[in-house]
Amino acid sequence: MKHEVPFITRNFGQYDTNSIDSYINIGGFSALKKALTMEGEDIAARIAAVKVKGRGGAAYDMGRKWSQARAVKGEHKVVVCNADEGEPCTFKDRELIAQDPFNLLEGMLIGGWTVQAQDGYIYMREEYRHLRPLLLNAIQQAEQKGFLGKNILGTDFEFHIHLYSGAGAYVCGEGTALIHSIEGKAGRPRMKPPFIKVSGLFSLPTCVNNVESFSIVPHLLLDEQGEYAGYGSGESIGTKLVSVGGNVVRPGVFEISFGTSVRDIIYDLAGGLPPGRSLRLIQFGGASGKISDARILDTPYGYDELKAAGVSVGSGAILVLDDRTSVLDFLRTTQAFFCHESCGQCTPCREGNLHIRLFLDKLARGEATGADIAAMKKIANIMSISSLCGLGETAQSALQSAMRIFPETFAVGGTV
Amino acid sequence: MQTAPTPTVTLTKELTAKIDQVLKSHKQDPTQLLGILLDVQDCIEQNYVPEAAAFYIAEKLPVKLSVIYDCLTFYSSLSDQPRAKYPIQLCNSIVCHVNDAASVAAAFQEILGIEIGETTYDGKFTLESVPCFGACDQAPAVRIKGKIYGHLNTREKIQQLIAQLI
Repeated sequence: MKHEVPFITRNFGQYDTNSIDSYINIGGFSALKKALTMEGEDIAARIAAVKVKGRGGAAYDMGRKWSQARAVKGEHKVVVCNADEGEPCTFKDRELIAQDPFNLLEGMLIGGWTVQAQDGYIYMREEYRHLRPLLLNAIQQAEQKGFLGKNILGTDFEFHIHLYSGAGAYVCGEGTALIHSIEGKAGRPRMKPPFIKVSGLFSLPTCVNNVESFSIVPHLLLDEQGEYAGYGSGESIGTKLVSVGGNVVRPGVFEISFGTSVRDIIYDLAGGLPPGRSLRLIQFGGASGKISDARILDTPYGYDELKAAGVSVGSGAILVLDDRTSVLDFLRTTQAFFCHESCGQCTPCREGNLHIRLFLDKLARGEATGADIAAMKKIANIMSISSLCGLGETAQSALQSAMRIFPETFAVGGTV
Repeated sequence: MQTAPTPTVTLTKELTAKIDQVLKSHKQDPTQLLGILLDVQDCIEQNYVPEAAAFYIAEKLPVKLSVIYDCLTFYSSLSDQPRAKYPIQLCNSIVCHVNDAASVAAAFQEILGIEIGETTYDGKFTLESVPCFGACDQAPAVRIKGKIYGHLNTREKIQQLIAQLI
């Protein structure tokens, strides 16, 4: 296990997740105490210095996001924790919540202090409902101990955390849909502007971050020795949680140093492929991510390195498929997912996903023509440039990258 | 197999008391609508939000009835139609798919004598095909009333699971 680096996950298994005292005993809330002596701008700068990028998938510069959120004028501001981890093969946030719930609250508190918000909202997917009692208990204990509420730790800082449940809609991971969902409405995305940072939840200035993004912050503030900065290099400093699944011997969540090779992650940490199997493809970042083949194995896991290799970090998922699954079978399964999850509001996504599904079915029956393949390519392109939200924009990433890497899948006999 | 006729759920005193309890636990907050509907759904043996309950919630919160039905029909985890006592959710996403979810589905279908989307005659089990619920490290997995049952790689495990629910 030489490639696992416990930095964000260092509290895992170290305390009783049902007890705030147990968390305090291992040094819990000391990062908050420190934060309350710092200026918000300095906290944001500290995050920016180690180039932390949002861990939900968009990889937006987190320090920059926090200082922008801080600069927005408003009497009442909110921070939102996006725990709607819906990308297939992504389950890192589940572990962060289950194994270190108090650290998440602490990260949100520091976020609230930094951007000068009074309320924090956790939006957790319905599929993780079994974690609800754990989080509710954590919030309640933090309130009783005075870490949440008014005059936190004797300062004039006031902060409350509210837990909200999703109800089984992948699209609610998108910022504006998530906000509608917390407001008690159907989670349909809306056009931007207005941007969430100016007018988000309840029309208030809102700063949305992923579970992992918040979870890094307490550890970072206490990292006096610069341990975090010692991992990775270039644009990818520090550590990252990846969730590896599919045809691997030991699927799971691993915290790795940026720069670890894809090969080490798959073959060392995740135990490699089942005996006698060969690698077909790897998908990075969930269903909306791009794919590659064995050629990517020696690429270091990092933002720029993966981008140069034609894929991206995305949600941190690494899906490994062996030779038992064809590229077409993979694409059809992924396409069925997007057909189910498209909210149906905008035409490119609603119709595009449906028709690409029909083309793929035709291809599987051996009936697709060259014109069908060309139409599929065109629709995928239209979807990526004209869909209302990120769902439609990225739904065809897998198909588009498959067309480049596995052209033989799309070879057809017919010319009609 | 045919779906058993389901008697309409009416607003009994017992049910209103349960809904009141749910509303109280969510501090009567209309923005907590999804959590409220999920909890109410859990109170009903057929795992759905009956019309009578929807009307009652609309009045109590208050929130527009159209908003409640927009949510009930938009979100996959909510239902305005009666379901089985134990809806068995079979993951249809890629990780379970490549870990032989097809055999899992086939075993459930054969043992229960129903197809996906159908309910057993006694109203106990429905087979539902659902997207990834984040149990990829335990694939192939199913989810029943919020609980994950993973590594279902043998027919014996599936038989045991069903026996335990009956």
